[in-house]
Amino acid sequence: MYTFIQFVKKEFLHIFRDYRTLLVLFGMPPVQLLIFGYAVRTEVNDANIAIYDRSKDYISCEISQKLLSSQYFKLTNYISNESEIEAGFRQGKYKVVVCFAPEFSKQLERTGNADVQFLIDASDPNISNLLYGYISSIIADYQNTKINKLSKAGWMVTPQIKMLYNPEMKSVYMFVPGLLALILMLVSALMTSIAITKEKETGTMEVLLVSPLKPSIIIIGKVIPYTLLALLNAFSVLALGVYVFGVPFKGSFILLLFETLIYLGTALSLGIMISTFAKTQQVALMVSLAGLLLPTTLLSGFIFPTENMPLPLQFISNFIPAKWYLIITRNIMLKGLGFSYIRNETLILISMMVFFLIVSMKKFKIRLD
Amino acid sequence: MIADKIVHVSNLNKSYKAVQVLSDISFEVKEGEIFGFIGPDGAGKTSLFRIINTLLLPDSGRVSVFGLDTKKDYKSIRQRIGYMPGRFSLYPDLSVEENLSFFASIFGSTIAKNYHLIKDIYSHIEPFKKRKAGALSGGMKQKLALSCALIHKPDLLVLDEPTTGVDAVSRTEFWEMLKNLKNQGITIIVSTPYMDEASLCERIALISQGKILDINTPEAIIAKSESKLFSITAEDKYSLLKLLRNYSDCKTAFLFGENVHFSCRSENADKDKISEYLRLKAVENFEINIISPNIEDVFMELMTR
Repeated sequence: MYTFIQFVKKEFLHIFRDYRTLLVLFGMPPVQLLIFGYAVRTEVNDANIAIYDRSKDYISCEISQKLLSSQYFKLTNYISNESEIEAGFRQGKYKVVVCFAPEFSKQLERTGNADVQFLIDASDPNISNLLYGYISSIIADYQNTKINKLSKAGWMVTPQIKMLYNPEMKSVYMFVPGLLALILMLVSALMTSIAITKEKETGTMEVLLVSPLKPSIIIIGKVIPYTLLALLNAFSVLALGVYVFGVPFKGSFILLLFETLIYLGTALSLGIMISTFAKTQQVALMVSLAGLLLPTTLLSGFIFPTENMPLPLQFISNFIPAKWYLIITRNIMLKGLGFSYIRNETLILISMMVFFLIVSMKKFKIRLD
Repeated sequence: MIADKIVHVSNLNKSYKAVQVLSDISFEVKEGEIFGFIGPDGAGKTSLFRIINTLLLPDSGRVSVFGLDTKKDYKSIRQRIGYMPGRFSLYPDLSVEENLSFFASIFGSTIAKNYHLIKDIYSHIEPFKKRKAGALSGGMKQKLALSCALIHKPDLLVLDEPTTGVDAVSRTEFWEMLKNLKNQGITIIVSTPYMDEASLCERIALISQGKILDINTPEAIIAKSESKLFSITAEDKYSLLKLLRNYSDCKTAFLFGENVHFSCRSENADKDKISEYLRLKAVENFEINIISPNIEDVFMELMTR
């Protein structure tokens, strides 16, 4: 036990004396959260819009007014000539142009049908999709409240949509659990794999191997400091998310802690496994970055939903621990669900951890070769 | 197994992929001796030491340390061995004291417990104990590494080129320390590329290209030398060396500091014949002396055989 404590102490000294490690450990998580929280937003505010109104009657004006009074759109100019439209799109003056046909209200009153055309710049498909959604709902809303009364046109089915768990569709709700998964993976897997290969590279592993230290003591001693630091990081990200960005925390904190520990264990054993293969820090770094970080950000459902991926990628995403942890955290934090709803995901994480540990134990060399 | 044989190696072979690094190595190290492996870089010294300290397994042959098998009983061997690898293998970001106390702790010991063992060595670096190990000079790093290898009171010390890259004064000090350790009953196996350190060992093995050329006491190895050795100096030592190598009776000719050490194949070589040859080649102001060979001379002779 004395030996073990000394080993852990030594490991902490390494971490605290290496300012670059410290920077990665403690600087990156808050910076990432702030960047994702403030800069990367999937909702659109104040999109530029231009209006080409050929009728200028009371209904077209009301619709325009309704569009502009929402937070989503900001008027750049009125267009008086059709030929101006394309030039404005090319210059990037606006994202949307609303075109009302001539004699809009008359047409509507006479036939019960009138055309309004929306031109949307779809060079960024994500944004244009969002804008389309906003426009449709505003028009539908107007139709409900106004036109139906006017024309007394009998009955009509209108969908009533309610967004559950994240009513404002805030992207921060999505990013906080995702970042939690990413940071824990980074700190535990990347850092431990580098810390272990560092000993190999500097030759100190040779000396440790010739000592009576058991391999398990070497590994656990290396891993424990990173576990503690990763937990600390997880708490700070959670606290920032909840108190700065107002992400709801509906479920049990203890349950989240328990699941986080399991995910940490999975990430750590993955890091250990990498270090048993990699001979140098460089290799460990490359493998961790290419093999862990990228899939964790791209394939876990952190940013892009896994359901939309082509089948092969969906299949691969099943092997990414972060995917399961994300499901777990979103269920606990946003939905407030209990353990019975996330039992399968938990079991998947545990079996991954066991697999990594068995491979590492088989591959860990008690000799040089 | 005879008790006073600390290390027993017989018919050891080791190769990495296609390269045979050690072939048919056999030797014994007796309890309480300083046993030296002398040979150039790439001779296989490091691989041999890693096999002795259980870090590598031989392809064939028997290796036992303390009478224990290095494959089966590696755990008990590791308890009793002190190993100092060829390159500096301590933590550069930890201080001198932290390194030492860490290495004591992994053997379940403390600095205080075995202070008497390392006192002679550690006292040299103790004034700098708060300094980071990475900031020490070569000689001090060495003393720290030796202290770390010693702190758990091993029965056998395996030192892989401990004096490489260390200044002459520190080297002399270092060998003094080894002698003191030997007097305390610790068996020492040491390797070095420096031939002049050979005479400081009790027995040496000359090793080259994975083969042991000879094993004996330094004196006996020198005494075995067969040919008469000349030390020749001239103003231009490089052209002198070239001329001597072209001499029909030349056996070995190599630079040794300012001189060329030279031996002939024929039994009846003498100063006059060589002088004659050199004069014929218009070498001026040369001087020829008959000298008794040192280890390096014997090594060169064995290499050419």
